[in-house]
Amino acid sequence: MATAFSAAKLTSTFPLRGSHDDRLSDPIRFPTTSSFLRSSRKFALNSSPRLNHAISGRRSAVVAVSEVVKEKKMKNNLLTKEEGLELYEDMVLGRAFEDMCAQMYYRGKMFGFVHLYNGQEAVSTGFIKLLTQSDSVVSTYRDHVHALSKGVPARAVMSELFGKTTGCCRGQGGSMHMFSKEHNVLGGFAFIGEGIPVATGAAFTSRYKRDVLKENCEDVTVAFFGDGTCNNGQFYECLNMAALWKLPIIFVVENNLWAIGMSHLRATSDPEIWKKGPAFGMPGVHVDGMDVLKVREVAKEAVTRARRGEGPTLVECETYRFRGHSLADPDELRDAAEKAKYAARDPITALKKYMIENKMASEAELKSIEKKIDEVVEDAVEFADASPQPARSQLLENVFADPKGFGIGPDGRYRCEDPKFTQGTAHV
Amino acid sequence: MWGILRRSIVDGGFSATSLRRVRSALVSSRSYAAAAKEMSVRDALNSALDEEMSADPKVFIMGEEVGQYQGAYKITKGLLEKYGPERVCDTPITEAGFAGIGVGAAYYGLKPVVEFMTFNFSMQAIDHIINSAAKSNYMSAGQIAVPIVFRGPNGAAAGVGAQHSQCYAAWYASCPGLKVLSPYSSEDARGLLKAAIRDPDPVVFLENELLYGESFPVSEEALDSSFCLPIGKAKIEREGKDVTITAFSKMVGLALKAAEMLSKEGINAEVINLRSIRPLDRATVNASVRKTNRLVTVEEGFPQHGVGAEICTSVVEESFGYLDAPIERISGADVPMPYAANLERMAVPQAEDIVRAAKRACFRSK
Repeated sequence: MATAFSAAKLTSTFPLRGSHDDRLSDPIRFPTTSSFLRSSRKFALNSSPRLNHAISGRRSAVVAVSEVVKEKKMKNNLLTKEEGLELYEDMVLGRAFEDMCAQMYYRGKMFGFVHLYNGQEAVSTGFIKLLTQSDSVVSTYRDHVHALSKGVPARAVMSELFGKTTGCCRGQGGSMHMFSKEHNVLGGFAFIGEGIPVATGAAFTSRYKRDVLKENCEDVTVAFFGDGTCNNGQFYECLNMAALWKLPIIFVVENNLWAIGMSHLRATSDPEIWKKGPAFGMPGVHVDGMDVLKVREVAKEAVTRARRGEGPTLVECETYRFRGHSLADPDELRDAAEKAKYAARDPITALKKYMIENKMASEAELKSIEKKIDEVVEDAVEFADASPQPARSQLLENVFADPKGFGIGPDGRYRCEDPKFTQGTAHV
Repeated sequence: MWGILRRSIVDGGFSATSLRRVRSALVSSRSYAAAAKEMSVRDALNSALDEEMSADPKVFIMGEEVGQYQGAYKITKGLLEKYGPERVCDTPITEAGFAGIGVGAAYYGLKPVVEFMTFNFSMQAIDHIINSAAKSNYMSAGQIAVPIVFRGPNGAAAGVGAQHSQCYAAWYASCPGLKVLSPYSSEDARGLLKAAIRDPDPVVFLENELLYGESFPVSEEALDSSFCLPIGKAKIEREGKDVTITAFSKMVGLALKAAEMLSKEGINAEVINLRSIRPLDRATVNASVRKTNRLVTVEEGFPQHGVGAEICTSVVEESFGYLDAPIERISGADVPMPYAANLERMAVPQAEDIVRAAKRACFRSK
């Protein structure tokens, strides 16, 4: 079909430096006919009713990924039982936690801005469960589930939301600023696009450690952000620099089609975000973000690429948030039919169905996981409730890492530690 | 600049050379004047960067034209050849992007020195300086410190127009979580930049383009590679007893010139080089005002909500009873910087303005 989007075919055959040879030499992992990051197949037209735009055919790599997934499903080597249960548990935790947040907010225990992740769990679980502890994750204000998937305990996150001193940031960060040094969750940024350069910097550090400090560092960084962010300048600045310096980063766009009340199609000249990757010299992939198995396949490839030192990947996940932008959003602009359509594609029910149909787990096992998660979330709420609020003395703490702000002396210790220093004021 | 020739006792003396310094402080400074080396501010900054980069492999420089061009103002001259392109990174023209990349790298313990070609361009990256660098240690409750330095020329140059001449000291100094330093002499430049690079917190280092070429004498001690100055401590450049004049960066030179002019009229002015805008050395300023009872604050930036306003309030809060005259505030004119040379001269403080203000404070004129 000769439309303006026939360029889509060209972009998908963009040659990737290095990976080409790997693919040819490793047919088991990458069956050459269906390598979705470089597929040259014709794409089927996706006749989604929401695209009432002039776009006559949405060229996407969804078809290619699902070919891989279908093949693996047939051979039954897509997922082991343990992995499946792990994914299920993680997604149920995300969902149950966010539902509990809504309840607590309406009861007044939580306040301020709270942005919930319901419906998008497949993206978080699909990517983060493939990472190690030392890999880092950078997110936006919709960061509760990213923190949970990365391993921050539910208790710590709930306490943080309640503003208690036992929270992961001692109550000083809040819903939008989840940081954890132990689990390498680097926030938690309220400004959209702000996390992307920070994530690129974390990836820069991995490369610097490898190339300059000569340490063995294979850490990758995953940056999560939304469709609205893809119109922000910082996004393009970082796509450029990440590809230029071949940084080990994966840019994950959680395209849920809405930026508060602004539809992605009304805000973007070319709504196909994955196409912006090849413009900067990196592969751009579009994947069905409501299916955790497809997300996981793409994630595996992107993470391996980054670890091999081949540079960044841009992954666009088509997903949807079941609730409004935040708990203060009346959510009046979204069409009920659209919501129903995506509710039918709920990632948790989809995985449940898959596991039961393929006899990987019984109904009872999955129910017991749900029950366990309910208990975890209840326990988190009780813990947060019982925790103390921060003490008054905590107000002025942590402004600087340096205790008194006088800097470090020639001997490498803080100046304020030297008793002679604080005698007298200026020097003349 | 006669204050500069004095020996300065840098810190509490916990290094091996302390005895030597104490002894030498008792000896007249004149015996060292002949041996004092002169160094331009540009060389001082370059040597400081060089030494810190060689001492710690985690220090790296990032900015526009810092590498192959040898630095837009030649501050990073020779560093690319010495340390390679991985540690002296030329960036595309993306302040927001590379400031954020620097912050992300600092989260992981690297020590970036991010150069802005002038601080006017830092406005494109100010979100990262404030929101992801300054506030991170607090938001993460101490888990994530950001040992980054943002440096570059600040304030008015010569004839560069409104968009290239703004002074950002007041803007950055109002934000908790940032340290803001502004050196004057070469010794200040070396000591404060080294302190900034070693510091575990984000530091905004405001240089001045017109000072880059000026040379100042430097002591032997300042040339030592472990030399660094304390943050949050001002320096009394010239002692006096009639009126206190506070200034920072280029204005210190003007204040000293004004002090010379005043001494001919019998007014003995004390000149304080603030060095550190945040944390501000309120103790020194207040002690000086309690001694002289009169204060003139000098700065190059816009008057409203400026550094002088903060110093004024600090003195009123703490030493009101000691003031014999209203505090005089000298600042740049409340207009965007004009281009015409004569208008530009009128928009920036001159030594005569400081003299007039000091005289007003001493009730010598209207």
